[in-house]
Amino acid sequence: MFDFTRKEQTIVFVGNPNVGKSVFFGAFTGVYVEVSNFAGTTVETTSGKWRGRTVTDTPGIYGISDFNDEERVAREVILNGDIIVNVVDALHLRRDLFLTRQLIDMGKRVIVCLNMMDEVRRLKIKIDAKLLSERLGVPVIPASAIRGEGIEELQNAVDKACVGNIMPIILKHKNIAESYADVVLLLEGDREMLKKYRRTDPCMREEVYSLRRKLADKIADEVTSKSAKNFDLSEKIGRLLLRPAFGFPFLIICLILIFWFVGYIAAQVVADFTRGVIMEGIYRPFIVNLISKFIPNGTFFSELFIGEFGILTMAPICVIGLLTPLVAAFYLMLSLLEDSGCIPRIAVLLDRSLSKIGLNGRAIIPLILGFGCVTAATVSTRLLTTRREKTIATALLGITIPCSAQIGIIVGALAPLGGVVCLIYAVTIGAVFIITGTVLNRVLPGNSSVLLLELPRMRIPSPKNIFKKTLSKTEGFISEATGVFIVGSAVLSVLKYSGLLSSIITAAEPLIIGVLKLPREAAYAFIMGILRRDFGVAGLSDIVMTPKQTLTAMTTLTLFVPCIASVLVMFKERSKAEAAAIWISGFIIALTVGGIMAHVM
Amino acid sequence: MRLSEVKAGRSFKIISIPDDEIRVRAIRLGMFEGADAECIFKISGGPVMLSVGGQEIAVGNPLAKKIIVDLRK
Repeated sequence: MFDFTRKEQTIVFVGNPNVGKSVFFGAFTGVYVEVSNFAGTTVETTSGKWRGRTVTDTPGIYGISDFNDEERVAREVILNGDIIVNVVDALHLRRDLFLTRQLIDMGKRVIVCLNMMDEVRRLKIKIDAKLLSERLGVPVIPASAIRGEGIEELQNAVDKACVGNIMPIILKHKNIAESYADVVLLLEGDREMLKKYRRTDPCMREEVYSLRRKLADKIADEVTSKSAKNFDLSEKIGRLLLRPAFGFPFLIICLILIFWFVGYIAAQVVADFTRGVIMEGIYRPFIVNLISKFIPNGTFFSELFIGEFGILTMAPICVIGLLTPLVAAFYLMLSLLEDSGCIPRIAVLLDRSLSKIGLNGRAIIPLILGFGCVTAATVSTRLLTTRREKTIATALLGITIPCSAQIGIIVGALAPLGGVVCLIYAVTIGAVFIITGTVLNRVLPGNSSVLLLELPRMRIPSPKNIFKKTLSKTEGFISEATGVFIVGSAVLSVLKYSGLLSSIITAAEPLIIGVLKLPREAAYAFIMGILRRDFGVAGLSDIVMTPKQTLTAMTTLTLFVPCIASVLVMFKERSKAEAAAIWISGFIIALTVGGIMAHVM
Repeated sequence: MRLSEVKAGRSFKIISIPDDEIRVRAIRLGMFEGADAECIFKISGGPVMLSVGGQEIAVGNPLAKKIIVDLRK
């Protein structure tokens, strides 16, 4: 007979951030995973198949409730899952067992995977997995993701996952809801659960949390025995980086390396090859030849497909030849920073400085992401707590932060002009950043939230993970950019063919020539810049300009409106009035600063 | 004594943490009223880094000013 219960069982991987969950998930599902974006969030879940069952990975969380998008997503997946594989970091048992205890209290079938056992052994710590299993009431499998230990054992034991020892306080209230999961969430004041049961009674969240915390700590202490206080290298480096005397030079070296890698290696060495040799040298003649056979030159369709802004010429040459290497290089750098544990430390170092512009250290995440893609970064401002912080971060991103595609081209254009020019550019943009932030901090009402951040251990990133991350982020970028570029190319081609483009340029001339003192053709670049920032800067690279004009143009275009995609996201994330205000201020600031530069220097 | 006034290297007990939501977030990270902690390092005028239950946590200055602790002799 068909065993429906077995067939239906879904497996869910749950754990705190950075516990190596994805490695185990990957070992179960292989490479065929499906990445899906959860509706209304930026959070991705991945699922795959293992022995005919659905296996889902969830975002890293510290607990289950509705504090942020990650938790809401994980909560949904957990509530619908049958077997929970809870991956815990054996070096941070106290912290991780809080989530484990919560999963057990929810009455879920749980199996614990005790990761990082190789580190535990190296640090001469002893953890009694058997005792841990006894105390929790669920199976515990010691493992090491890095060494591949315990994966087979976990797979063999997964069906032994069971309901563990639920805390007495939860048992006492079992009658208030249909399941233990509901009881736990109700007692903890989960808003959706309160709505489901139409209850408004004062929640017992703090009481339950405190009891759980104490129980988790007690269990962790019982099963762990340390020989001596071990102070290892990872901890030493991690602490050293927090000291401004070491941290700031390290940060500056990192930034220089990133700019060198993205702006020089990717934008020039690699892109010269991909754009110059492959796309311009081989692809363009091929596609122009091919299309010319079917569509006569000089017609509208020939302009549309293979003209100056052709869908088959400019769009793929820009996206594949130029942007892909830039964006891949940026995400490679970002993944290295993320996986090594550097980002939270950068957040701590910059917390004080960022507080002057109304942000806390956490805001460094959207700001750094902005150097990759302003659109994605604008979405990530959601992880900031107050509306005030979101507004400030969005404005700074929209106005002052150049994205990776832009940086590559800007560095390419400014670097040959010498250090002084680059410095003027950097100082100008930096000044606008500080002034914008300071003004918004003064003007906007309310207070910003404070920093409360866990510092993960520093570790050497795994090349495989870095590669995977870079690949998936780059893929995401290309699929998003391709559409925008095709639409952009088409619009520009239509504008050019109909003669509208030259009318617009004539109309913009007083601004371009009068205010910015740039050559007439630069207007193209500015109009394209509205579609995509990098588009605009790329358009400038073909125009002959004096060093001063190049500097003015690059500065103005950086501050100029962000690309159409990020404007759309800005309008989606913020209120219409707010987004419009940011957008228009961008225009005004760009033209003012550019104008001053053109006339004063 | 406030957390922001603790010197690096000193051990202390956390007496009180303000604000419901912060208290709950802190419990999850292992930091709760009554917990023993050690100040690892602090950036002057900036965050305080503390170690509690083997976990390193950074606390922003404005919050550190509101957390009351008791130094251990």
